[in-house]
Amino acid sequence: MHELSICQALLTQVEDIARAHAADGVKRIIVEVGPLSGVEPSLLAVAFQLARAGSCAAQAELTCELAPVTVRCTECGAESACAANCLLCTECGGYRTQVISGDELRLLRVELSSADESVRRTAA
Amino acid sequence: MCETCGCTITAGNVHLTRDQHGHDGPVIEVLQDLLAANDRTAEHNRSHFNEHGVFAINLMSSPGAGKTALLEATIDALGDEYRIAVIEGDLETENDAARIRARGVRAVQITTGSACHLDAHLVHQALHELPLHGLDLLFIENVGNLVCPASFDLGQHRNVVLLSVTEGDDKPAKYPVMFRAADLVVLSKADLLDVLDDFDPLRAEAALRALGRDTPVIRAAARRTPALQPWLDWLRRELAQHRKAHNQFAVPATALSGAALLRPARSMVGD
Repeated sequence: MHELSICQALLTQVEDIARAHAADGVKRIIVEVGPLSGVEPSLLAVAFQLARAGSCAAQAELTCELAPVTVRCTECGAESACAANCLLCTECGGYRTQVISGDELRLLRVELSSADESVRRTAA
Repeated sequence: MCETCGCTITAGNVHLTRDQHGHDGPVIEVLQDLLAANDRTAEHNRSHFNEHGVFAINLMSSPGAGKTALLEATIDALGDEYRIAVIEGDLETENDAARIRARGVRAVQITTGSACHLDAHLVHQALHELPLHGLDLLFIENVGNLVCPASFDLGQHRNVVLLSVTEGDDKPAKYPVMFRAADLVVLSKADLLDVLDDFDPLRAEAALRALGRDTPVIRAAARRTPALQPWLDWLRRELAQHRKAHNQFAVPATALSGAALLRPARSMVGD
């Protein structure tokens, strides 16, 4: 289960951000996960419960936004919504497609908890 | 005024409202890949390989598909032609590294404990024990697993995925992330095709094409040297092309996916 490794990498990024903004803690972490990233959101959520202990995000909630799988056909240019294991063009049936969404695995936003107005200005 | 929701909470009155308000800190927009740290180390590894003119191949498959046997046969066939080294990844034991060393080639074993994949940091550590000077080919035999290794760039130039014909020919449909990452798919133990009637190489290839990939598919049988020819030809050709490109070093298919090209650069936005 590599989701634990992913969570550790996530928490390193979140701790850097919290430190840079002198935050008291982290309220919410929003990540974007596509089915082609190889990461299962439900396993990520379980791993996060373990990984967050003792970190500045120990009380934080993790939200996974799911990215749809979309491909663009390099032959006819059409964009198709696909299943993860069938990335064919739905217009012409071609297999020469590029994934334009669905392999995301990224940190979108971090909601920090802090009472300091200067922190708010830094963020803006 | 709060930049996020427009409320009028200030540093002077926040203590009165903090608990009820439920919005007590800034929202930081990030847009950074979760594996950015791994990817940086992978690029560092790739730079090492490039500085030394080493062509690095990440070998992945399910356990028992014949990665080590293919490497043994490759060393026997190409050992006089190229200087080869191997990094072995397993949860436990030095067995695979011992098999490679018995062929007269340097091997570093990474034992991951319970980790199901190699990452760029583990490979970087292994490189400290492996002089790259004078090497032509470095094989990184990943942990046998068709799921987790696909997500981690190690710094290799090419991903090779083995699919043994004793497995199901629908593996590319079941493990799309792994097979999408492949620069070459090797149908291993292909000498058994004559006695196995439930593995259809064409069905395996169709499942691969359904992933939007025109990845080449070759057959190999590690125990039958003539049946290794397409694999040896591929290795020679890729290494030659890699060297010809000189400064335009190869990167694996995953590092140049269409989405990556269309997406904004990996950077901290709004921080």
